[in-house]
Amino acid sequence: MKLTPIITATAVAVALAAGTAAAQAQTLRTFNGGEPASLDPHRVSGDWENRIVGDYIEGLMTEDENAEPILGQAESYVISEDGLTYTFTIRGDAVWSDGTPVTAQDFDFAFRRLLDPATAADYAYLQYPILNAEAINGGTMEMDELGVRVIDDKTIEFTLERPTPYFIDALTHYTAYPVPRHVLEEFGDAWIQPANIVGNGPYNIVEWIPNSYIRAVRSDTYYDAANVAIAEVYYYSMDDITAALQRYRAGEFDILTDFPTDQYQLLLDQYPGQAHVAPFLGLYYYVIQHNMDGLNQVEVRTAMSMAINRDVIGPQILGTGELPAYGWVPPGTANYDYEGYEPDWVALPYEERVAQAVAMMEAAGYSASNRLTLELKYNTNDNHRRIAVAIAAMWEPLHIDVELVNAEVAVHYDQLQNNDFAGVGRAGWLMDYNDAINMLELLRSDIIYNYGRWNNPEFDQLVRDSANITDMDARSELLRAAEVIAMEDVAAFPIYYYVSKNVVSPRVQGFNDNAKDIHRTRWLTLTE
Amino acid sequence: MLQYAIRRILGALPIAFITITVCFIIMRAAPGGPFDGERPLPPVVLANVRAYYHLDKSLIEQYFIYVGGVLRGDFGPSMSSYDHSVSELLAIGLPYTLTLGFSAFVIATFIGIVAGMVAAVNQNRWPDYLLVLVVMIGVIIPNFLMASILQLVFGVYLQWLPAGGWRAGEITSLVLPVTVLAWPHAARISRLMRGSMIEVLGTNYIRTARSKGIGQRLILARHAIKPALIPVVSYLGPGLSYLLTGSLVVEQVFGLPGIGRYFINAALNRDYGLVLGTTILYVILILILNLIVDMIYAWLDPKVRYR
Amino acid sequence: MAGITGKDAILTEYAEQLARGADAPKGRSLSRDALRRLLRNRAAMVSIFVLVAIVVIAFVAPAFMPWQPRQVDWSAFRSPPNADTLHYLGTDQNGRDLLARLLQGTQMSIIVAIVATFVSVTIGILYGAIAGYMGGRVDAIMMRFVDMMYALPYILFVIILVVIFGRKPILLFIGIGAIEWLTMARIVRGQTLSLKEKEFVEAARASGVRPLSIILRHIVPNLTGPVVIYATLTIPEIIITESFLSYLGLGVQEPQTSLGTLISDGAGVFEVMPWLLVPPAVVLVLMLLALTYIGDGLRDALDPKDR
Repeated sequence: MKLTPIITATAVAVALAAGTAAAQAQTLRTFNGGEPASLDPHRVSGDWENRIVGDYIEGLMTEDENAEPILGQAESYVISEDGLTYTFTIRGDAVWSDGTPVTAQDFDFAFRRLLDPATAADYAYLQYPILNAEAINGGTMEMDELGVRVIDDKTIEFTLERPTPYFIDALTHYTAYPVPRHVLEEFGDAWIQPANIVGNGPYNIVEWIPNSYIRAVRSDTYYDAANVAIAEVYYYSMDDITAALQRYRAGEFDILTDFPTDQYQLLLDQYPGQAHVAPFLGLYYYVIQHNMDGLNQVEVRTAMSMAINRDVIGPQILGTGELPAYGWVPPGTANYDYEGYEPDWVALPYEERVAQAVAMMEAAGYSASNRLTLELKYNTNDNHRRIAVAIAAMWEPLHIDVELVNAEVAVHYDQLQNNDFAGVGRAGWLMDYNDAINMLELLRSDIIYNYGRWNNPEFDQLVRDSANITDMDARSELLRAAEVIAMEDVAAFPIYYYVSKNVVSPRVQGFNDNAKDIHRTRWLTLTE
Repeated sequence: MLQYAIRRILGALPIAFITITVCFIIMRAAPGGPFDGERPLPPVVLANVRAYYHLDKSLIEQYFIYVGGVLRGDFGPSMSSYDHSVSELLAIGLPYTLTLGFSAFVIATFIGIVAGMVAAVNQNRWPDYLLVLVVMIGVIIPNFLMASILQLVFGVYLQWLPAGGWRAGEITSLVLPVTVLAWPHAARISRLMRGSMIEVLGTNYIRTARSKGIGQRLILARHAIKPALIPVVSYLGPGLSYLLTGSLVVEQVFGLPGIGRYFINAALNRDYGLVLGTTILYVILILILNLIVDMIYAWLDPKVRYR
Repeated sequence: MAGITGKDAILTEYAEQLARGADAPKGRSLSRDALRRLLRNRAAMVSIFVLVAIVVIAFVAPAFMPWQPRQVDWSAFRSPPNADTLHYLGTDQNGRDLLARLLQGTQMSIIVAIVATFVSVTIGILYGAIAGYMGGRVDAIMMRFVDMMYALPYILFVIILVVIFGRKPILLFIGIGAIEWLTMARIVRGQTLSLKEKEFVEAARASGVRPLSIILRHIVPNLTGPVVIYATLTIPEIIITESFLSYLGLGVQEPQTSLGTLISDGAGVFEVMPWLLVPPAVVLVLMLLALTYIGDGLRDALDPKDR
């Protein structure tokens, strides 16, 4: 009988050796940016976390290879006539990685956890379309009033506050992911440790070395496991993207989810076809202090906007060709059939625009001896700094003296939120879900993201009205009217529409550029 | 001497305590909080988060909650990493930083002392100038530049060594980070060593020894090295702590999971718990190292009194 | 304690050292003798010439530049060196002339180095000498304070200084200087500890000289060697610290610049835009190498034991 352990050991060794060889061939190494704060879907807030969480947990809806919403854990859904009730049927073969079936109760539990004030979920507000969610999250209503109801083990029903055209899209978001109730009840907050963690997605988390990498392997219990090609994924975290690019060039990474803009030309020359730059639903803009003399005049704001030479910023200063933005809603936004907004003066040659802008400033009382002095605040970052330097130079002919002020992210946003800036401040917004309202709400007078305190009752009313309209065309018209009001009054300075920047090795197939910049690993394959 | 050591250790406790307090106050005095980010949180959520971390309590209360935790060995939660407590993060990161730091320290100290001696003995001749030059490269070139140059040359162009990461058991991934970290340290030590060695070689008793016809090597080994080491040793304590904090850049560029990275990121993100935890760890390390340095000091220079 | 014979021995030794000039209060100015020796040191003389040239060019040349540091050439972004457009060193990503920026940055780095080194050396000498001389409890408390300062994450101090007082360069560098003195203090204290056991100091003390004058008259002058070396080590250190802070985004702010900032900006792009890195790096290396050779030359010249 003494032979047995030896034989077993040999067998294991052989199996392991074979396993490593196969794993080598099917291992994806992704540079994922920053270190994840958490893997708990109710705690995360960044796109780098989303890449990992979305690989190991799946919601009722998920993203296809082009990041369009498709059925995930649900096999079907029904929307009521009035657009207020959504009923989902969960797949029969949907199971957690420990074999426990995924049930409607898991989803119900997850939504209650998300909206429980004690959970303190950053992004809970994304599910505010659900009836009473906002009041419950704010602690002013009992959890029992939540518009989520379990019909049976595999059926769940959502009641909404009002018809919400983007609700299906919002269900692909990680705030709508289920959590394994049985594991949470057993381990509490420690459920997220690699030893305890259980998911229902295509991959399982097996290892986490903070500030280095997270490793996940393909899940056998996933309903579509047969079509998941890559066996193992490493998500590396690093803060220095230049260094990350060097590691890519050394063959240590297969995908970079960002790259330094200055290296774009080098990538084009030496690694043709590997840099992916694609439009991304988001806007880079400057907020304006509307409580400040000078900046409270629309002529001054218009003149300043005209003097920003946006055609130079994307192609020259950044070098990655970001599209100039004159409007508020990025082109390609869903439920919004309009091109990007452009004011009339866009057609003028730049010199002409500057001449007009100078004349407008002088009409407003500014001159070489009476200059407008303002701060330009930005958070510490090479690209932000360059844009700030360039815009300060562009404003100089307008009799404007700009003082550049930079601070780290925490301080910068603290100051913006407290309206503590005497001039303009850099901000940016990546859309949480694909709908124009997500952009336009930033300018509502009663929302904290409106750092500059722009206040226009007419705009507020249009945005509010749009929430109660079911006719999509009429809704889109209202939103467009609101955008035009905001842009004509120069509520803020849009500068460029974001682009997503990835570098993808030729080994990787199935990486489709899309406006959400979501590329789930299950759709990718590796060739040797 | 033993009594002195015990007194020093006991004396260190209030220092650690004062450090925690000062650091606590400074952290809270700095503008910006741990939850101010690119995406501001809605007020309701922010209130929830703050309550979760006791940030809604008065500063005094928070302070006592924290100190109470530390006394029980609990450094509290990290505000930028929900899934790991500060103690867990430090326990994971410390071995990497220590391995990196100590390898660099030992290599650099040895090379530095030898190079300084060679330069001193050959004062103002070509080995001196050459060594000064090589050594100065280490001080002159900022470590982030050195790191990226080495990474590019040996990692990308030649592909001799990994461009980053830390593969368990692979000594090759340590070569570049240790070189970057050790170079400036070796440079400073060799400069100090060269200076003090020249000074020692000019003293009476060395002249006397020479006049007696004792050979150069014997003079160095018997009489010169020990006194010449004094300024070097007094630099070692601070030098090591500099090395540990300085490893931040190296950890960043090469993507190594050490605590140097936590340190600065936590401060920039106002992760109060992690900043305090890292600080306490550094304080303890540095106090111990300085004690050791003082002991070596006494051994080198018997005239130094301990009262 | 020294009896008559002991005193005698001390006085004999003191007279002997005085005769050699080793312990006379000579270090405060360059004696004619030392100057002669310095003038004979070719490396030091070349270095002085290089350093003076850099300083003069940095402060005089900007008046004759075709482009101003803040001026944007909208037709030349990222342009390589081009004599036709008068961008002799090319332009940066913002279309600004690199030569103009380089002069501006060199100026700033020189100012930084002088201010911060002066602050750190002054504080360091006084603090270390007092602690070492006083010994006992005063020394213990003072050095524990230094330990504590070491153990504090100094990046936090800088962040707070910068945030509370605004990102004004001078403040930033007084801040750096006020941090760099720690090592100086430790080295000076170490030297003082052994120096004060020297007979001439004990003699002075025995004859009733007040502690402060002993420190200033007998101990400080004898520290010239270490101080000169330390200052030459501190200047590069400060410039490097500044570039490290720039790497974190906390250094000299736009529209000002410094060599460190230029290098940290150039480091990431040296394959695509080498002209952004090479000129500031060359100036930095030249400056720091020159400082080193001057430091060595001074030390050798000032050290009478070397005769």
